[in-house]
Amino acid sequence: MVRFENVGLRYGLGPEVLRDLSFRIEPHSFQFLTGPSGAGKSTLLRLLFLSLKPTRGLINQFGHDVATLSNDAIATLRRRIGIVFQDFRLLDHMTTYENIALPLRVMGRREESYRDEVIELLNWVGLGERMWALPPVLSGGEKQRAAIARAVIARPQLLLADEPTGNVDPSLAQRLLRLFIELNKSGTSVVIATHDIALMDQYDARRLVLHDGRLHIYD
Amino acid sequence: MVEHGTAEVTTAPRALPRALPRFETPLVPRQSISARALVAVVAIMTFLASLTIGAVILVAGSAAAWESDVAREVTIQVIPAPGIDVDTTVEQAAAVARAFRGIDKVQPYSKEQSTKLLEPWLGSGLSLDQLPIPRLIVVKLSPGAKLDIDGLRRQLGEKAPGATLDDHRGWIERMRTMAGTAVATGIVILLLMIAATMLSVTFATRGAMAGNKPVIEVLHFVGAKNVFIARHFQRHFLLLGLQGGIIGGAAAILLFALASLISGWISGSAAGAQTAALFGSFSIGPLGYIAVLVQIGLIAGVTAWTSRHTVNRTLESID
Repeated sequence: MVRFENVGLRYGLGPEVLRDLSFRIEPHSFQFLTGPSGAGKSTLLRLLFLSLKPTRGLINQFGHDVATLSNDAIATLRRRIGIVFQDFRLLDHMTTYENIALPLRVMGRREESYRDEVIELLNWVGLGERMWALPPVLSGGEKQRAAIARAVIARPQLLLADEPTGNVDPSLAQRLLRLFIELNKSGTSVVIATHDIALMDQYDARRLVLHDGRLHIYD
Repeated sequence: MVEHGTAEVTTAPRALPRALPRFETPLVPRQSISARALVAVVAIMTFLASLTIGAVILVAGSAAAWESDVAREVTIQVIPAPGIDVDTTVEQAAAVARAFRGIDKVQPYSKEQSTKLLEPWLGSGLSLDQLPIPRLIVVKLSPGAKLDIDGLRRQLGEKAPGATLDDHRGWIERMRTMAGTAVATGIVILLLMIAATMLSVTFATRGAMAGNKPVIEVLHFVGAKNVFIARHFQRHFLLLGLQGGIIGGAAAILLFALASLISGWISGSAAGAQTAALFGSFSIGPLGYIAVLVQIGLIAGVTAWTSRHTVNRTLESID
């Protein structure tokens, strides 16, 4: 599904922040991406999300060499990837329902065609009662779940989450982890970037550890 | 869909204010402070630019009218001199003019009328018998006729010696120069005004767009193609530009219509005559209204184009 070969990345003329990354993300797999702050977790997620291009090496996603893709092709490919940002990035002028339905809307689907699907997912993440609420009145946990729902509504093959438990209490963190596990069981490959060791200890999964720009893999 | 129902995530309903059900809110927020500020800037600049257009059209129209009025008139002058009977010469010159082709009306000024013409400068109650006051004959040309000035001048020399013909050429030249300068100045001011409008609208649009960067980023991250994002923003800002343009343009059109109406009301009075002499009918005419409408479209177009350009630059910075 995703293949990195000797990937390196530097910003401008600065030093390489990521060096010689070679790994694969297989379909239906689950992995934690961890490492100290500033190790490059978010940068690696941006590479996985096609929001950055490597300065060297090869990235192949869903059978495509990303270096050769046009902007439109990247946008199309990005629809197969869901991402959960640490700061949620919900649109404040839209209701929770509309935020979650956004990926389907940009695909050009009519509202009637996805309404039941969105409501079902809202209920599943426990936001059924909050579907008409605007993000500014949602709690941190609710925003997090809305962000996760938006990331999975289009049934992505790959789900990326950047510190999804960074802003929630341990109990909610555990519930969110269970949510990711359920999504993985339903067929989505999951990459969770976190430095929360307690969270990783709760689930036996592959660990990708970034340190000093290099990646160490613990299967 | 994922297998729902197995997750343990549930929350108790909370008693928070509920927004009205909305299924398809526009992707670009409509009622933001920056959007209202943009509408206000566009409205004000459109109003000012429309006033400038109107002023240029009024000046150009009035200058053309003055020039045409002056060009449709020539004057025969009889200057008192030894051996010349002024009254006889005036009659002879008037007779020559009346018989000449292309002349509509001949109006000789009597001694009393000539004295009256000088009253503003010399005061009333003066006996001007001792002064060599020239006598004037105002000759109006027939509409569309081309007068043979040299022929008339020759005939006057033959049949009314002492009468001279003034065709106002020097006046017309000066009038033409003055009118041309006024119109050229107006056009330069108009161009500067349009440039200032475009720049203000461009900066105001960029300002309004700055608040929308998170929207562009989120749309980008959920897989929207650049053309999709740009189209939504362009449409949104085109509507804002049109809204502001229509408000400013309509205000200017109302002002011109009102000015035209008021000048119609006071047309019989001295003030009305003064205003009419300066500005004509005070109406910008169909051309003026069309120019204001074109300007509204132009400004809305600039707003839309700037938003598209800013979206593209934002997307480039994200990638």
